[in-house]
Amino acid sequence: MVKFIQHHVKTWGLTELFKGMALTGKYLFKKKITVRYPEEKTPLSPRFRGHHALRRYENGEERCIACKLCEAVCPANAITIDSEEREDGTRRTTRYDIDMFKCIYCGFCEEACPVDAIVETRVFEYEFQERGPHIMTKDKLLAFGDKHEKQIAADRAADAKYR
Amino acid sequence: MFDALQAFLSGFLYDWLAVLITLVIQAVVVILPIMLAVAWLTYAERKVIGYMQVRMGPNRVGPGGWLQPIADALKLMTKEVIFPNQSNKFLFIVAPVLSIAPAVAVWAVIPFSPEVVVSDINAGILYVLAVSSILVYGTIIAGWASNSKYAFLGALRGSAQKISYEIAMGFALVTVLMIAGSMNLQEIVEGQQGGIWHWYLLPLLPMFVVYFLSGLAETNRTPFDIVEGEAEIVAGFHVEYSGMTFGVFMLAEYAMMILISFMTAIMFLGGWLSPFEGIPVLETVFAWVPAFGWLAFKVSFLLFVFIWLRATFPRYRYDQLMRLGWKVLIPVTIVWVFVVGAMQYFKVGPWFN
Repeated sequence: MVKFIQHHVKTWGLTELFKGMALTGKYLFKKKITVRYPEEKTPLSPRFRGHHALRRYENGEERCIACKLCEAVCPANAITIDSEEREDGTRRTTRYDIDMFKCIYCGFCEEACPVDAIVETRVFEYEFQERGPHIMTKDKLLAFGDKHEKQIAADRAADAKYR
Repeated sequence: MFDALQAFLSGFLYDWLAVLITLVIQAVVVILPIMLAVAWLTYAERKVIGYMQVRMGPNRVGPGGWLQPIADALKLMTKEVIFPNQSNKFLFIVAPVLSIAPAVAVWAVIPFSPEVVVSDINAGILYVLAVSSILVYGTIIAGWASNSKYAFLGALRGSAQKISYEIAMGFALVTVLMIAGSMNLQEIVEGQQGGIWHWYLLPLLPMFVVYFLSGLAETNRTPFDIVEGEAEIVAGFHVEYSGMTFGVFMLAEYAMMILISFMTAIMFLGGWLSPFEGIPVLETVFAWVPAFGWLAFKVSFLLFVFIWLRATFPRYRYDQLMRLGWKVLIPVTIVWVFVVGAMQYFKVGPWFN
């Protein structure tokens, strides 16, 4: 009997409806989690894998020694490398192309590199509107690395103790 | 106000021309704000639902997204209206017109303040009920003319639902008539004079709920929006509509939402009366608020509840919806008709004496 009365008070008093509305009413005043993207940005990890770059040593010498480990490990076959001997007898690349349409941003090239030459940076806001510019040549990658060297070095340093 | 205008115009024009011009001006004066209200109601809806889902809603067009409705309207107006190959072109065009026409025609009898009402006829409630019933034709003709299975299913559901809930709605209005003793909306509001406890909300609390729920069903709002039911029948009766024909359906739906809110406020919440009537200090403090201000406040709150309900509840299943209408709401209203009769016989409270 008590259960019967309880049930009917609950049903006709629309308690469940009011409970639901109280919940949504509470959420109306909660802090909003939206990030207004171009103005606000979410924090990025130092390990973020974005646009590629080729690094140099402090003396300006390019790091890449054309070992082709990145080319071998690349699961999407996005990297193409040609190499030959330089006048001073060292092995260097003559061509280092990354096809940005093929790249899946797995970061294997960065992991494979014995001299930390190829890296992936935090930069992810870039786009290609036609074929052609999407091939990142050695010059472009080196220039990109020069431009962002400070950020790249800081990110590597922050991540170094976990490696 | 309009009488003076008409008298002024007939001073130098034919009488019939003066009447016509006055009528057109009256219509524009009422319809234009309503259309604007509809536009910003869509904005408010998106914003409130967004806030309840812990996101921000539209915020790109103009400061805080305030110009979003204008962008929406421009988009709808510049889009192409596509006629399905096998559709009945004439009915296809007539359907949106049949939805919007009653949705704006009803406003003729709504009292916005003690003085402002386009036509103060003595059967105002009947007029509202009759004209808003015509909306069903818009739905069913749209479904028929589209010659599409989904549209037709939606239209069938919609017409069955609207007709069922109109009965409960009518009975709820009967109780209001019994208390007020008048079908004139202005007199119904005046009958609630004398403070918040004189409002019909208290003696008719279940009817208030029933009327509002039927209103939700009438306007195809969640949780009763099985007419649209995007998960089952895509968009219901207006799947095949695009561009401004679709926009007109939207306009009609939101105009009806505002109308239901107005009717609820007028019949149960004292219309344009101040809620602080008869309370010593507050009455003088809020004396500056115009009559329409109170009505607008009540209506905005009810519209907020419309949106709030949409943000909270999932859609009813069709058989549950019919069960609620026929087996719950209609018996409740019939019982309450007798309760009101008894209250009237025994002269209960400040409402019956």
